[in-house]
Amino acid sequence: MKIGALTEVFPGENRVAMTPDSAVQLVKLGHGCLVQSGAGAKAGFSDAAYAAVGVEVVKTAKDVIAAADVIVKVRGPDAKELDKLADGQTLISFFWPAQNAELLEAAAKKNLTVVAMDMVPRISRAQKMDALSSMANIAGYRAVIEAGSNFGRFFTGQVTAAGKVPPAKVLVVGAGVAGLAAVGTATSLGAIVYAFDVRPEVAEQIESMGANFVFLDFAEAQTDGAATGGYAAPSSPEFREAQLKKFRELAPDMDIVITTALIPGRPAPKLWTEDMVRMMKPGSVIVDLAAERGGNCDLTVPDDKIVTDNGVTIVGYTDFPSRMAAQASTLYSTNIRHMLTDLTPKKDGVILHNMEDDVIRGATVAHVGAVTYPPPPPKIAAIAAQKPKEKPKELTPVERRAQEVAAFKAQTRSQVGMLVIGGGLMLLAGLYAPASFMSHFIVFVLSVFIGFSVIWNVSHSLHTPLMAVTNAISSIIILGALMQIGSGNWLVVILAALAVFMAGINIFGGFMVTRRMLAMFQKS
Amino acid sequence: MDYGFTTAAYVVAAVLFILSLGGLSGQESAKRAVWYGIAGMALAIAATLYGPGAGNWLISLAMIVVGGAIGWVVAQRVQMTEMPQLVAAMHSLVGLAAVFIGFNTHIELVRVAGMDEAARALLDGFAAVVAHKSGVEITILRVETFLGIFIGAVTFTGSVIAYGKLAGKVDGKAKKLPGGHLLNAAAAVVSLVMLVVYLQSGSSLAMIAMTLAALFIGYHLIMGIGGADMPVVVSMLNSYSGWAAAAIGFSLSNDLLIVVGALVGSSGAILSYIMCKAMNRSFISVILGGFGGTTGPAMEVTGEQIAIDTEGVAAALNDADSIIIIPGYGMAVAQAQQSVSELTRKLRAKGKTVRFAIHPVAGRLPGHMNVLLAEAKVPYDIVLEMDEINDDFPSTDVAIVIGSNDIVNPAAQEDPNSPIAGMPVLECWKAKQVFVSKRGQGTGYSGIENPLFYKENTRMFYGDAKKSLDALLPLID
Repeated sequence: MKIGALTEVFPGENRVAMTPDSAVQLVKLGHGCLVQSGAGAKAGFSDAAYAAVGVEVVKTAKDVIAAADVIVKVRGPDAKELDKLADGQTLISFFWPAQNAELLEAAAKKNLTVVAMDMVPRISRAQKMDALSSMANIAGYRAVIEAGSNFGRFFTGQVTAAGKVPPAKVLVVGAGVAGLAAVGTATSLGAIVYAFDVRPEVAEQIESMGANFVFLDFAEAQTDGAATGGYAAPSSPEFREAQLKKFRELAPDMDIVITTALIPGRPAPKLWTEDMVRMMKPGSVIVDLAAERGGNCDLTVPDDKIVTDNGVTIVGYTDFPSRMAAQASTLYSTNIRHMLTDLTPKKDGVILHNMEDDVIRGATVAHVGAVTYPPPPPKIAAIAAQKPKEKPKELTPVERRAQEVAAFKAQTRSQVGMLVIGGGLMLLAGLYAPASFMSHFIVFVLSVFIGFSVIWNVSHSLHTPLMAVTNAISSIIILGALMQIGSGNWLVVILAALAVFMAGINIFGGFMVTRRMLAMFQKS
Repeated sequence: MDYGFTTAAYVVAAVLFILSLGGLSGQESAKRAVWYGIAGMALAIAATLYGPGAGNWLISLAMIVVGGAIGWVVAQRVQMTEMPQLVAAMHSLVGLAAVFIGFNTHIELVRVAGMDEAARALLDGFAAVVAHKSGVEITILRVETFLGIFIGAVTFTGSVIAYGKLAGKVDGKAKKLPGGHLLNAAAAVVSLVMLVVYLQSGSSLAMIAMTLAALFIGYHLIMGIGGADMPVVVSMLNSYSGWAAAAIGFSLSNDLLIVVGALVGSSGAILSYIMCKAMNRSFISVILGGFGGTTGPAMEVTGEQIAIDTEGVAAALNDADSIIIIPGYGMAVAQAQQSVSELTRKLRAKGKTVRFAIHPVAGRLPGHMNVLLAEAKVPYDIVLEMDEINDDFPSTDVAIVIGSNDIVNPAAQEDPNSPIAGMPVLECWKAKQVFVSKRGQGTGYSGIENPLFYKENTRMFYGDAKKSLDALLPLID
């Protein structure tokens, strides 16, 4: 099949859906590749670079559409672009079917097969084609860089001959992929980073990236993110109030605020209100990654950077990935390439659109003339649901004391019981057995006790030497053979001699091996 | 006079043996402890040779020297990875010796019983002791001898099979003859019947029949136990060899034998208990062989195993600050301990924190991994037990699993239907990244899937452990 990449028509869009590197991989799958002239120019891939790896470079979008069976793009098509596509063609790009219902109808009417990169289900197998994550990763990184370029101070605290510089304090709201990437970038630049998320289970991830989780003292159990495929769900009004209260506490201290809170299929929640912006110090920066969906901050102006009256810069760009076009294109084209790998199971250049496959089914929003959105829920849960961890109940001193007493009593009971039974059996044996036996029996019982108390103290790492040494001393059985070897019966002498011989092997072998082993243990 | 002297020597020897075992509580004191053991043994043998009942000095000494020489050479040559086999093989010797000594007692009994009063008075040594026993004492002596032979015989064949399995000469899989445990039970019943017959008649035939039954029990019992349970088996056989010695001690009225036998017996019993606990299994279920029945279908494992190449592992290691290595039986098989040690040395030289996490049942012998790492000169203060290190995984950058499988299986915690549910495991998946060095995609000894390999932060580093690590070493800079 022929795969064709179009130049993006959306203003300011610099990315491209196919790079020379990804084209090489696509050819290995048995596909042919073509690209519209100048498609990669803004991302730093010249036509010559494509041609060098055997990609056919054609003049216009029309030529690409005419020659290709599969069209790959970054942004979803607009109505005009969609109209140009040929009947029965496959389109792989972002599509946002929930927001673009009409466009989807049109695509189905044209008998197009549309694979929406934003609909790839969030299961581990599909991670390699999860373009939302790879783009969010870039957005998170870029948000910090953008904030830094608008922020007049260092991120890291420094004590220099010219004076002391305090470290920047960064608050990241929403710890999804973008949020975590921002946390990681800001931490590595040396800032003190705080992060907040409504999903309590991400606290661990936040802390693992080196940031402080902003803990909200709120009794209501939050919905586990696992129930919604790893995304956040809308929260209750009470929770929202508690959250805003916390933010108001933090706002005067924060130098940089990066908001990334999105709820699938809804406008972005307003989390950073106007009064919070007023509380911030002049020179502070807010980067609103949710600007495209209305913004998390009240004052955000999408696609623009504004400075408020009190000197707070609010960055509302919506094209962070596009601002790093080379990196974003590399990652996105790899996501596309993985999608095509799954669509070409035999690697023979024949696309097999397997609608039984969870990933392909989930991402396909239109197929053979019908709208196939929304997909059925995937067969596999995205993330194993976390079992609620039960906290061990704190015991009051009285309870603990009662428990100790009860345990002590139980122990006493069982010990006394054992002693009575054991002693009874012993007495019973003593009634019948002769004194000579009983005297040995005492020795035996005491030795077992000593053995039990001594061995418990042996350290775990010395268990193998313990086995070797007990093995060596169990050949004490040689004494028995030595006592019998003086017998008048030749058979006894032979058997005893053999026993001495075997025990001899054991004694020397056992001790020798133990010494060898112990000699190897050394301190660093 | 000489009897009193022998007893005194025995008391000293017994104290030395106890100190020898007690000294194993720490690595440094253990080195001294071995010398206590050696001194105790030398004293006991010397006192016995000097004391009453001994004779044929020349034969005795010659046998000790020849046996000792063989033992010495074997111990010098054995590879540390072959330690489990060696220990099992040595247990079989003790078992066989106990059988021989038991038979000797029986022969003496028959011989003395056939003599008249005048001839009895002329006897010396062990025969004289036997000759002076009363009717009840003879019965007890017979029970003791019988027990000694029984335990000895079970130990002997059991250890031989355990040796075969550990050395790879016998298939490690659990195998049973048709009839399973009924056969064992039948053999045990036969032995019990023979005991009654023997007590009534003192017939040699009953004794031999019992020995054969016991030999069969030892063989069949151990054949039915799979390789993963070997740590329990070896310590159990260790325990048996002790009880055999104690039983022989009773029959010979020798207190030192009783003391040492009881020490070794209880030591082995405790080891078995510790091993069982580490696998969350009851002793009975280990002996009955195979893993316990599952209560439902196992949780389905989803996702895929993602492979990684040497460069990827090296890059992650170069970036990491804290690393935990989890060795298992696979490391022993690949003889990779030297490479692991070299890797550790290099990483530590770069100022990284490298530690080892040892599961109690890693390997085929209690403490097996500790010995291998010690051989490769890994300092023992960075080798930690499961309980000491399990809480540290979340703050660890990289966990490297080398040839272990079941002991790092998260199913033990997550899947109540898993055959190993409830077994304490090393929670390595909580580390930021996990590399699993493994030969292929097969399952572990218990034959169950390991969801760890499918986790998002796990990368599979396929290949022979030693070769992979050797390829990795030059890339660590």
